[in-house]
Amino acid sequence: MSTISSKPAPMEQPWVLPSRGRVGMFSLIAAELAIFTIFVVAYLFYIGKSLTGPLPKDVLELPIFASICLLSSSLTIHAAVSALRKGRVGAFSMWWFATMVLGLIFLGETAREWYHLIFDKGLTISTNLFGTTYYSLVGLHAFHVTVGLICIAIAMVLAVLGKVKQEHGERAEVFSLYWHFVDAVWIVVFTVVYVIGR
Amino acid sequence: MVQRTLFNSHLRDLASWMKWALIIVVGYLLVAQPVFGNFQNPPQTPNIFKPESTPAHSIFHLSLFVLTICAVIFVIVFSLLAYSVIKFRKRANDDGREPAPIYGSNQIELAWTVIPVLIVLVLFLATARVIHGIQQAKKPPEAIEVIAIGHQFWWEFRYPDLGVVTANELHVPVSDPAHPTPTFITLLSADTDHSFWVPRLAGKTDLIPNRENHMWMDPNEPGIYIGQCAQYCGTQHAKMLLRVYVDSPDKFKQWIQEQSKPAEVPAQVNDAAQEGRRVFETTACINCHAVSGTVADGRFGPDLTHLMSRDTIASGAAANTSENLRLWIHNPDAIKPGSLMPAMNLNQRDLDAVTAYLETLR
Amino acid sequence: MATESIALTNAREESRPIGTILHDWVTTVDHKRLGILYILYALVFLVIGGIEATIMRIQLIVPHNHFVSPQVFNRMFTMHGTTMIFFVAMPILFGFANYLIPLMIGARDMAFPRLNAWSFWLTAFGGLLLYFSFIGGNGLYGAGNAPDVGWFAYAPLTATAFSVGHSTDFWTLGLLVSGFGSIGTAVNILATIICLRCPGMTLGKMPLLVWLNLVMAVMVLLAVSPLTAAQMMLSLDRFLGAHFFDTQAGGSAVLWMHFFWIFGHPEVYVLVIPAFAFASEIIPVFSRKPIFGYPVMVGATICIGFVGFSVWAHHMFTVGMNSYANTFFTITTMVIAVPTGIKIFNWIATIWGGKIILKTPMLFCIAFLFQFLIAGLTGIMLSAAPFNWQLGNSYFVVAHFHYVIVGGILFTLFGAFYYWFPKMSGRMYNETLGKWHFWLFFIGFHLTFDFMHVPGLLGMPRRIYTYEPGLGWDIWNLICTIGVFFQIAGTAVFVGNLLWSYFKGKVAGNDPWDAWTLEWSTSSPPVEYNFARIPVVKSRRPLWDIKHPEDPDWKYE
Repeated sequence: MSTISSKPAPMEQPWVLPSRGRVGMFSLIAAELAIFTIFVVAYLFYIGKSLTGPLPKDVLELPIFASICLLSSSLTIHAAVSALRKGRVGAFSMWWFATMVLGLIFLGETAREWYHLIFDKGLTISTNLFGTTYYSLVGLHAFHVTVGLICIAIAMVLAVLGKVKQEHGERAEVFSLYWHFVDAVWIVVFTVVYVIGR
Repeated sequence: MVQRTLFNSHLRDLASWMKWALIIVVGYLLVAQPVFGNFQNPPQTPNIFKPESTPAHSIFHLSLFVLTICAVIFVIVFSLLAYSVIKFRKRANDDGREPAPIYGSNQIELAWTVIPVLIVLVLFLATARVIHGIQQAKKPPEAIEVIAIGHQFWWEFRYPDLGVVTANELHVPVSDPAHPTPTFITLLSADTDHSFWVPRLAGKTDLIPNRENHMWMDPNEPGIYIGQCAQYCGTQHAKMLLRVYVDSPDKFKQWIQEQSKPAEVPAQVNDAAQEGRRVFETTACINCHAVSGTVADGRFGPDLTHLMSRDTIASGAAANTSENLRLWIHNPDAIKPGSLMPAMNLNQRDLDAVTAYLETLR
Repeated sequence: MATESIALTNAREESRPIGTILHDWVTTVDHKRLGILYILYALVFLVIGGIEATIMRIQLIVPHNHFVSPQVFNRMFTMHGTTMIFFVAMPILFGFANYLIPLMIGARDMAFPRLNAWSFWLTAFGGLLLYFSFIGGNGLYGAGNAPDVGWFAYAPLTATAFSVGHSTDFWTLGLLVSGFGSIGTAVNILATIICLRCPGMTLGKMPLLVWLNLVMAVMVLLAVSPLTAAQMMLSLDRFLGAHFFDTQAGGSAVLWMHFFWIFGHPEVYVLVIPAFAFASEIIPVFSRKPIFGYPVMVGATICIGFVGFSVWAHHMFTVGMNSYANTFFTITTMVIAVPTGIKIFNWIATIWGGKIILKTPMLFCIAFLFQFLIAGLTGIMLSAAPFNWQLGNSYFVVAHFHYVIVGGILFTLFGAFYYWFPKMSGRMYNETLGKWHFWLFFIGFHLTFDFMHVPGLLGMPRRIYTYEPGLGWDIWNLICTIGVFFQIAGTAVFVGNLLWSYFKGKVAGNDPWDAWTLEWSTSSPPVEYNFARIPVVKSRRPLWDIKHPEDPDWKYE
């Protein structure tokens, strides 16, 4: 058979399926969630089990300022995406820039905290179980923030060059899902490390 | 659409097919019969179907129940499969029409969901009973307590209440059901994961570093029971063998008495043995090995105080003979390549001397 | 009634310079080519993994054998297991999924073609990294040799103290890298199935293969990630002195086991569900009946997917968990037998009343049904924790899981090869050689794996490079090794058949099996864009509707 007869039947309703960008991003988030869950489980399991060394309550301070910055960046990125959807590219650039700055502040604060822990308190990843689980969990999250910031920076450059248009709103929204996920994970990490674990 | 009469005729055919399936299955099982503890297996075979201790017995009875249920399921489903494949083959004189498409049947689906659920329930209840029976057994006051410590690639056995430390060959008393004297073993590890498995006496339990596990056994028949490490622990996992000697109460008492004594200096000591002791105590031997009553108290390797009371060396890898002992000290890799005993690089004279000394450690 | 005819061409490539051809294949983002790359990659590793198994079986043919040293043997079982799971089974199933899913749902390609290519090359690189360990070994200072820690790499054997050098790192990093590739493919499969189905193909009208791969993709996302996390932790331990699994610092060896098996158990469903998918496509076509109980088959698979995440510690029954944990994992494992059994019954009901054509794909699927039944029953035996205390970590377990993976998965894979080879290559395979392959492999499989249960029942643990004589194990090991040579012969016939038929086979045409799903409406092999016009479907068997306009499926479904 080298030909096939087909009668395209008229559809009663339009055939609409979810957008692949969205589905793809949700799938990725699901996988990332599973990775973070394992690190959180390890953290919770090892609370109180360190044989030596600095304990959480001795060395950890609540990173309130950093958390406010990071969580606000969810609001700013939402504002940026809404602006872009409405075609207001200038507003988009401004809010997008704000997101980037807030994210960078968060990373800076994390770096400061780690410097203090390593050089002033003598806590490294190999000091004890607390060090191991703390640096790996907070570090994994910071890594995800970094990757997000790189993407944001690339988009920033493109926006400055005038290449970002209203039709890119969908893509920006899909990326913002990732950023919201990173922020949501921070809420969990904050609770586990700085509240429960201390 | 399945018509009633057609269905009944299929059912009759099916019954005759099931009879054949049963014959085939039973015949096949008979071929594999040696498994079920027959004379064809050597007496040392660690056959899980020849239990000699309560945990192994409980597991054995559970296993018969599980096997029976599985066998029945197999016969039924295999018959259905064989029947349908043979009966509904496309014939040579086929008329070319497609058979009636049947998309499903809710009643049939319900039936073959409910029945398996019931089977699972029954199996589960039987199993849960055995789990609790074995894991929650109470330790009677007459129980023998042993601490087993797994090493790469040998077993350390300590009897804390009886003051005995030995290696690789575990002695336990036979347990009379009227006055039980079971052995309760605490399982620890000095390095990686191991597993204590003597099939005829109990199921296996792992030895995991930084974790305390427990198991028990109450052998009801004297004899030697074979087992080995059952969790991959490194290069010589294969030769981390186990021997459990189930002794009568008197023999066990005697063994304990002899094992708890420090190394005896024999009345007539020949020069070689004396020289050997000197070499032993001034070389690296004592870093790893202990001989109670002497200056040797290393814990990395097996306790050698009563080395000659054991039938094997290197955790069962070789018989405890003079040649093997000598070879082991000279070149452990010849017996157990990759074991952690280093080749001691002794000259021939020292080697003979140390061997002679070790042979005095009865 | 106005119909339109679509002229489809049988495209065979005209001869072009080899450089261009290679360049096209290396840079391709076409799902069909990537699918074939995955499959060919996996076939090469199947042969390598088979050689590793043969070396082990020769070593074990008699007690106290000296065919290989213990160190080499330990590397063999580690590499054999790791290779077969990660570089044979997963790539080959991803390859078939990649090839078939867009065709079956009436799409032109996967949702993310470049991600598809990235995932393949990442997986391929991971395998090469793992195998580099063999040569990055003796002679290169400190580089180690092939890993020898077993495919599940229990801690603390994998700690730097007990695994000196870098052999374990090759295991960790090779799998970490290919794990990212697997997650990429899973994302792609999910997005493709949800977003690219042709008009009229609701979720209830997709072929079962598509449904089952959807469930598989979700499982990969949730199951491979724990392994990735655990391997990151192991790497932190080995490279930066962390203490996740360092028992000397208070770490837990059992934690690694939990993390590994939370991956490891769903992983076996990731492998077997696509095998179910092949059976669900082949059995109906060769019985000339639609699959019996389509909604129940979907429901049972979703059930297996869910429950499969709750059974993992049945791999840890001997670890010393308390009786409540052991009881819990016993019940969940037994429960999962119910939906699995339902699927077997549905396949048998599909065959029942049909007109069975005993060609090679169907022979393999019938053997699958028989063998998977047995594998499931030995699984029930292992699910009873006390029975597991005897059978666990013995050759009984080895026999059980090879029964599932070889007797179940590999047999349906062979069936799938023969079924879709005409579509992928445009040629029919040789049916006589196909049957030779089947019978040789069937005999070899049963010789090896039926009798392998026995040493387990007689106390033989796994992962031992030799064993003592006089324990009753000798004869069974001998028989198991003999079976290997039949399997080798069968595989050789298989490879020979594929090669010969590719060049000399009869031209297949679009639809040599008179089948009913959309891939059979394209040319063999399909053109690059798959469909000239995106099809519109009304039932689960669109080609049946076209071929039987007087009695279409959508009237009855």
